[in-house]
Amino acid sequence: MKTKEFFEGIKDTLPIMVGVFPFGLAYGIVAQSIGLTPGETLLMSLLVFAGAAQFISLPMFAEGAGMAMIALTALLINLRHLLMGMSLAPYMNGLSLPQKALLTFGMADETYAVTISRAQAIGYSAAYQLGSNVTGYVTWALSTAGGILLGSRISDPLSWGLDFAMPATFLALLIPRLTDKLNILVCLVAAGVSIIAAVAIPGKWYIIIACLSAAVAGGILEGSENDEN
Amino acid sequence: MMRTEVVITIVAMAVATFFTRFTSPAILGGAGISPRLKRFLKHVPTAILTALIAPTLFAPHGYIEFSTGNSYLIAGTIAALLAYFRQPPLVTMGGGMATMLAIRSFGI
Repeated sequence: MKTKEFFEGIKDTLPIMVGVFPFGLAYGIVAQSIGLTPGETLLMSLLVFAGAAQFISLPMFAEGAGMAMIALTALLINLRHLLMGMSLAPYMNGLSLPQKALLTFGMADETYAVTISRAQAIGYSAAYQLGSNVTGYVTWALSTAGGILLGSRISDPLSWGLDFAMPATFLALLIPRLTDKLNILVCLVAAGVSIIAAVAIPGKWYIIIACLSAAVAGGILEGSENDEN
Repeated sequence: MMRTEVVITIVAMAVATFFTRFTSPAILGGAGISPRLKRFLKHVPTAILTALIAPTLFAPHGYIEFSTGNSYLIAGTIAALLAYFRQPPLVTMGGGMATMLAIRSFGI
């Protein structure tokens, strides 16, 4: 266990948590308002640890949707993890299966972005990933608890501009990656496809569709550039 | 404090979510991934971050709004500019959220 890299992971993830905390608060508050108990609300954050899936489950709980429907929706929204996991898989090759299980349990959008950016820049570190994951997990649990405590005192936290916390966080993670022509092109393709797909196709399929087409476009463009050399 | 059927549903959500996270690293070894696939996977982070935010910024209400009346686009532009000029993440996020709050509070 490399302590220094563990703390580096924490240090690099903490600033990003400023954008995650309001979302955890909002989740806790909204969950109370639709009638989940404090215990159920916190349990979901501890076991599921996936903001988008948790948020979308709330109206379904309120409407009395069945277990299969709610779990299937969580599965669909989280399908992007398959792609994220594929891109991390080569780096995690040397780890045991239990280590992989522990580290992938904590792979959320933010901890993944921090971990893979570090891996691509200066190399992968399991200790670093663990530090990032622990930071994300603790923040999510604490902010959920905060939302439960605030409960009904704040009616609609998202109207305060807090719903912009998530896009702002992802922008802070995305923009520093756009350092070369290829990354900018991938970003433009993903933006175009995701916007059109989000408008045209119901549900959250636009995330997978846009990610696949942009990553394929990036791979093809890179291949043709290499052929020219 | 906890209802059995809700707890079972939460556990089912947790299993579904963990399945999506664990599957790829569990079954893919680094050696088994072809160079062509690696070239594609390298672009997944940029692609996924973009796909998660672009519709929120450009079509926050389910239709494309490319105008000054779109507060998400304005706050997003400010945050993107801050990040572009190498400001730390805290400044990027703070600037974006402050812009959003200002637009909502004062109707600027």
